[in-house]
Amino acid sequence: MKYALLIYSQTTAEEYAALTTALRQPDTPPGAWTDYTQAARDAGVLLAAEQLTHSETATSVRFRGEERLITDGPFMETKEHLLGFYLIDVPDLDAALDWARRMPVHDGQTIEVRAALTGIPWQKVLG
Amino acid sequence: MAEGPGISDLEHAFREEWGAVVATLARRLGDLQAAEDAAAEAFAAAAVAWPATGVPPNPGGWLTVTAWRKAVDAHRRHSPVAVDPHVLGEVAPTPGAEEATMSQTLGDDRLGLVFACCHPALALEVRVAMTLRYVAGLTTKEIAAAFLVPEPTLAQRLVRAKRKIKEAGIRFEVPTALTERLQSVRTVVYLVFNEGFAATSGDELIRGELCEEAIWLGRLLHRLLPADPETAGLLALMLLHHSRAAARLDATGRPVPLAEQDRTRWNATLIDEGIRVLDTALARREPGRYQLQAAIAALHAQAASFEETDWPQIALLYGSLARLDPSPVVEVNRAVAVGLADGGLAGLAVLEPVLASGALAGYSPLHAAHAFLLEKAGYPERARGAWSRAAETTANPALREELLRRHEDS
Repeated sequence: MKYALLIYSQTTAEEYAALTTALRQPDTPPGAWTDYTQAARDAGVLLAAEQLTHSETATSVRFRGEERLITDGPFMETKEHLLGFYLIDVPDLDAALDWARRMPVHDGQTIEVRAALTGIPWQKVLG
Repeated sequence: MAEGPGISDLEHAFREEWGAVVATLARRLGDLQAAEDAAAEAFAAAAVAWPATGVPPNPGGWLTVTAWRKAVDAHRRHSPVAVDPHVLGEVAPTPGAEEATMSQTLGDDRLGLVFACCHPALALEVRVAMTLRYVAGLTTKEIAAAFLVPEPTLAQRLVRAKRKIKEAGIRFEVPTALTERLQSVRTVVYLVFNEGFAATSGDELIRGELCEEAIWLGRLLHRLLPADPETAGLLALMLLHHSRAAARLDATGRPVPLAEQDRTRWNATLIDEGIRVLDTALARREPGRYQLQAAIAALHAQAASFEETDWPQIALLYGSLARLDPSPVVEVNRAVAVGLADGGLAGLAVLEPVLASGALAGYSPLHAAHAFLLEKAGYPERARGAWSRAAETTANPALREELLRRHEDS
């Protein structure tokens, strides 16, 4: 089964910007996330992973009748921001929870584990 | 064991078979709702066929195979193209062989179902309801009555849980990472037992059933994991508590305090079994909360009278329990044991921080313990107030009556 491990954090846009700037420095050593990603890859479970920009930089397209309104900001204003995800393929929820638990996240962060549905017509396009 | 009009043998047999059929199908289909639907169809088919043909020699096998065929039919109806042969398994050519294969894996099936129903990804009250419905085979109505939840609410919770199990990929298997998952199962089983034992509210008949169901579940787990000391501890604890069932209520249904119970009515068979199970567990020297509580229950069970109980040892065991698993409820019990070992004032000293914290203000046993210790320490006036608070805070009418009697007597 495919599972999305959604990484939620209360990190503010400023904190996040500082963090990602530091991480992008060429001399930044590979950290715990590198190890984690490598482990998931080596285990053959990793399908995709992305780290997103902060939700403060999001742009939303709102559907209002025939109109398509472009608005600045995320769909929902919350303290918890979706900052990234891993898409993995494992046999069951226990295995997915195990990978979620192994993530090197900070205190207070939350990983939401969601299984992907199968057998929906549009998915055939992906092969 | 409490006597009274329990459910009939037929009903019990029905529930046993139903649980077995659902477990086997759930594991094979990975879908509890589909398993339940197929089981319902099979039982309906039996109701039609058996009066005419007679009950088959292996009714359980007949029901399982029939339910299995119904499930396969339903699966084909819903997805006419892709019948996954892996999901549907091999269907043996002769009914006899089929029944044999199906019943071989039954123990695993039921345990797989237990672990799915008790998965920590489900809320605790949902785990309890799921376990009672699908492992113990209680009806939605019975469970709703036992937990004072409106039946539609409970039914809705079960539907949601079944969908989650299916869609989130919770498997009907004994997990590889057993320790944590087992802890969740033990918690659920003990909750079921306590709900029956403590009888805070609700129908007494169903209550007694809950204890029996919890013990049945406890035995099942212990059989699977004989070397796990806490699983054995849990079983021992339930057996030892349940051994007092016949003496806990008087002829009018009023609860009888431990001190006044007729110990000849305690069930010696259950006590022996409980102590035997506990001794084997303790020999592994990995104490845990269930073993400690069982050890306390064993000291009660072995005492010739309330006065001759080894209270200092019980107070020590409560101390160990408080260190391992600190909780105000444990402190209340420790206070009573200390009171009996070293006098009312010593007990009140243990109870004081719990009273001051206000954490258990609505917990009737706290006030009963307070009243008891006040009486023992020689403060009858203050004890009266505590008895009346104990009576006010219980939801059990029989217990309230008993506490009010104490209030009058003091």
